[in-house]
Amino acid sequence: MSARKSKYSSLSNYVILIILASFSFAPLFLLFFNSLKSSMELGLNPLGVPITANFGNYLEAWRLGDYATAMRNSLLVSGTTIVGVLFIAGMGAYALARLKLLGKNILMIYFLMNMALPSQLFVVPLFFLWHRLGLVNTLPGVILVYSSLHLPFSIFLIRSYLVGLPKGFEDAARIDGASEWQVYYKVIVPLSWPVFLTVAVIVATWTWNEFFFALLFLHSESVQTVSIRYMRFSGRFLTDWGLTNAAGVIVSLPIVILFLFLQRRFIEGITGGGLKM
Amino acid sequence: MRTEEKRKRIVHFRKTLIPILFILPALALNILVVLGPSLANFYFAFTKWSGLGMPKFVGLANFSRLIHDEIFYIALSHNIRWTIIYVTIPIVMGFLGALLVARAGRCKVIFRTIFFVPVIIAPVVYGQLWKNIYHPHKGIGVWLAQHGLPWANLKFLGDTRFSLYSIAFADNWHWWGFLVVVFLAAMQQIDPAFYESARVEGANRWQEFWYITLPLVKPTLTFMLLMTVVWSFLAFDIIYIMTGGGPGYSSEVLGTYLYKRAFTTFEAGYGASIGVMIAAFCSIFIFTFIFLRKKGGEI
Repeated sequence: MSARKSKYSSLSNYVILIILASFSFAPLFLLFFNSLKSSMELGLNPLGVPITANFGNYLEAWRLGDYATAMRNSLLVSGTTIVGVLFIAGMGAYALARLKLLGKNILMIYFLMNMALPSQLFVVPLFFLWHRLGLVNTLPGVILVYSSLHLPFSIFLIRSYLVGLPKGFEDAARIDGASEWQVYYKVIVPLSWPVFLTVAVIVATWTWNEFFFALLFLHSESVQTVSIRYMRFSGRFLTDWGLTNAAGVIVSLPIVILFLFLQRRFIEGITGGGLKM
Repeated sequence: MRTEEKRKRIVHFRKTLIPILFILPALALNILVVLGPSLANFYFAFTKWSGLGMPKFVGLANFSRLIHDEIFYIALSHNIRWTIIYVTIPIVMGFLGALLVARAGRCKVIFRTIFFVPVIIAPVVYGQLWKNIYHPHKGIGVWLAQHGLPWANLKFLGDTRFSLYSIAFADNWHWWGFLVVVFLAAMQQIDPAFYESARVEGANRWQEFWYITLPLVKPTLTFMLLMTVVWSFLAFDIIYIMTGGGPGYSSEVLGTYLYKRAFTTFEAGYGASIGVMIAAFCSIFIFTFIFLRKKGGEI
């Protein structure tokens, strides 16, 4: 009786899970299906499975939207931001986790507060400051903003990893006469690659998808990242769903692939710190 | 003797200085991008400023304009509705999803992956995708009408009554999988021994949920509730992308309103004062949360 009951309830588990999964996946299927349809087919069949698979939309979207440039910009922005964040946050986290730092607790509280600080509080002065410094409409301009915004989260994630590392290696290096920088660079960094990778995938995803600052800071076509390029593109080809859907797949694919390969790092990243995707 | 003392002082100096050098780059970048502009924002909120010329100090003028600004109240009420939607529907869905995934055995990872993929889709992409789904001539409404639900052919984004909720629905599609992952991680931290002893005592699944799962996931749950409230006051991307706050002001929120004032009509001083209000609302929630946690300890 009880076995039957639990079998029944596990079946209902799966039924609900499959319904929820369909809700999550149906729009993504639609995105993919519509990317394969010609304009004529889209008029007749905007929600169904495509009759013919027409990959021409992808080539045309890639060319018309100049996604080669946008991808290059996004790769540059994401890559540089990752390197910057890892370099700066790694050092900071090491000081907070291991060194005798003056005012450590105050700094911790300060960075914690930063994680809940709304961008709307500083965006207006920041924009006009960047305007004065000639950083609006440049990639370094957004790279600086992105690096800074992801520092607190990264510092906390890396710090909590470093706190869990055994101290033996560091002490041994110090006895051998290594400077603090050498201890960090030669002992800590090689041991910390898992958490560095976690920070890297989170920062990559976030910068790739970022919209608000890209909208504000990147105006010319030559500096636009994929996110902002896609918005302009879908405004320009408003009625050509085949093109906009194909471009949507192009824009999403790199991050989806990254996620499928490094899923564990993603999960660690978002459960390790309070951040929003 | 003196050189010995000098040497000691140098060693001491280096010991204090070196850790500071390690944290300095982080601090410097933060001051340039976040702290400096945040403090400046408090000043600009009391000025009339287009963003380009010299700001002119006007005292509380921006704030007295704000409390008579009808659109500010409309936007604020939309943020409150947005908050109410987000502290209920996605939280329940995320919690339910996590409970079910936790029991899915070997299929656990598959379902977690499926639920998480929408989370990593860019707002520009899912905004456009849902604009297609809501399309008045080619979208889901037409399809529903053709399949026996004539009343369902609504102008989801074009109707002032539905625009805000239609955007929230689309955004929730992207959001709730995040909560599944967070809650699932919290549930997997629970020691299985609790469940085993509960089963020995003859507890049913409902009792297991109520007396074990819920209390042990509660810290995560309340933290996510707090963050949801804070994030609801920052809403911008998806609303700007899908309707730009319209039609009319039917989906305007504080974030989009600030953007319009500061960067479209170039009333940067006024925009700064809206920014101060947003930050004030967020800090009220955070401090209430900290206060309750300290006082009750149970949240």
